[in-house]
Amino acid sequence: MGLMDLFRKRKPASAAVAKERLLILVAQERAQRGGPDYLPLMQREILEVIRKYVQINNEDVQVRLDKDGDQDVLELNVVLPDSDTER
Amino acid sequence: MAEIIVVTSGKGGVGKTTTSASIATGLAQRGKRVAVVDFDVGLRNLDLIMGCERRVVYDFVNVIQGECTLKQALIKDKRHENLFILAASQTRDKDALTVEGVEKVLDELKSDFDFVVCDSPAGIERGAHLAMYFADRAIVVVNPEVSSVRDSDRVLGIMASKSKRAEQGGEGIVEHLLVTRYSPKRVAEGDMLSIADIEEILGLPILGIIPESELVLQSSNAGVPVILDDKAPAGQAYADAVARLLGEERPMRFVEVEKQGLIKRLFGG
Ligand SMILES: Nc1ncnc2c1ncn2[C@@H]1O[C@H](COP(=O)(O)OP(=O)(O)OP(=O)(O)O)[C@@H](O)[C@H]1O
Ligand SMILES: [Mg+2]
Repeated sequence: MGLMDLFRKRKPASAAVAKERLLILVAQERAQRGGPDYLPLMQREILEVIRKYVQINNEDVQVRLDKDGDQDVLELNVVLPDSDTER
Repeated sequence: MAEIIVVTSGKGGVGKTTTSASIATGLAQRGKRVAVVDFDVGLRNLDLIMGCERRVVYDFVNVIQGECTLKQALIKDKRHENLFILAASQTRDKDALTVEGVEKVLDELKSDFDFVVCDSPAGIERGAHLAMYFADRAIVVVNPEVSSVRDSDRVLGIMASKSKRAEQGGEGIVEHLLVTRYSPKRVAEGDMLSIADIEEILGLPILGIIPESELVLQSSNAGVPVILDDKAPAGQAYADAVARLLGEERPMRFVEVEKQGLIKRLFGG
């Protein structure tokens, strides 16, 4: 192992990790903001229903409220696992 | 008619009071008539940072409850005759500040001053809400650190929906970020969020960048707002922020790692 490898072995900069986490979190919190208070609870229940059929993680269901003109549009994004993991 | 500026953050201890004291003093240095109001009921501290703690006789709540006039409660700064401080009450009654009471006092201040600077308490409870409710402009103080950045976004969200300006459906509060306790060295080492990172995450213009500096503590100890220490980088950075508030353009300073001289590098600094 050369001297340069010592330098390269440095952990990834923690600030970059912080930034990635914050970008995701802030986007998520903004999407829920101004929305009805029941949104988080509804998201949990949708998660439970889907889990009756397939195993998914908490972050695989994204609920967001968008505006389309005067209309509020609820956007539901579910990432399903590969089909062989279905029960 | 005065402009009402709230200094807020969500997270506690990020530098709101330090900022309120320096921005208010800076505006007064520039010839404006300024009142700076402590909204931190129960935890009065602005008086200490401004160095007028021994001259507090009446406070904000006394004025609201009609126990004295506003004029009696305003403390004239000992260095600038166009700068006045309104101290927070030390009462433990959380409901001492009311919407109507605050509005009445701010209205009276507005007719007599160019700027009213409101030092918000931490959190998103009553005091913090009242401090920002009547604001025309907000300075959101943020440290380059995950919880502070997240909390400031929450505060921005609340301001966008629950301020008087928002409720009236017109133009919202004008928002700025003020990044404090910034350490270019730690940013260069990859351990602190950079200005560009914070701008990207929060998507707001930056009014100023105040470097981490030991002199801030010394200024607080002495009761002299750091902006009055013209040798302190933090003081100079606050002066730049004040100039920008007044519409002037100033390049950002103290954002690069200081180049150390050879002697300093050899013998340590
Ligand atoms: N640029 C800076 N460099 C170093 N220390 C700083 C800086 N700005 C503020 N501080 C220190 O941080 C501490 C908290 O500052 P301050 O009281 O202004 O925060 P605050 O947001 O008003 O707190 P609270 O939420 O309790 O009202 C103080 O000890 C202060 O000296
Ligand atoms: Mg404070």
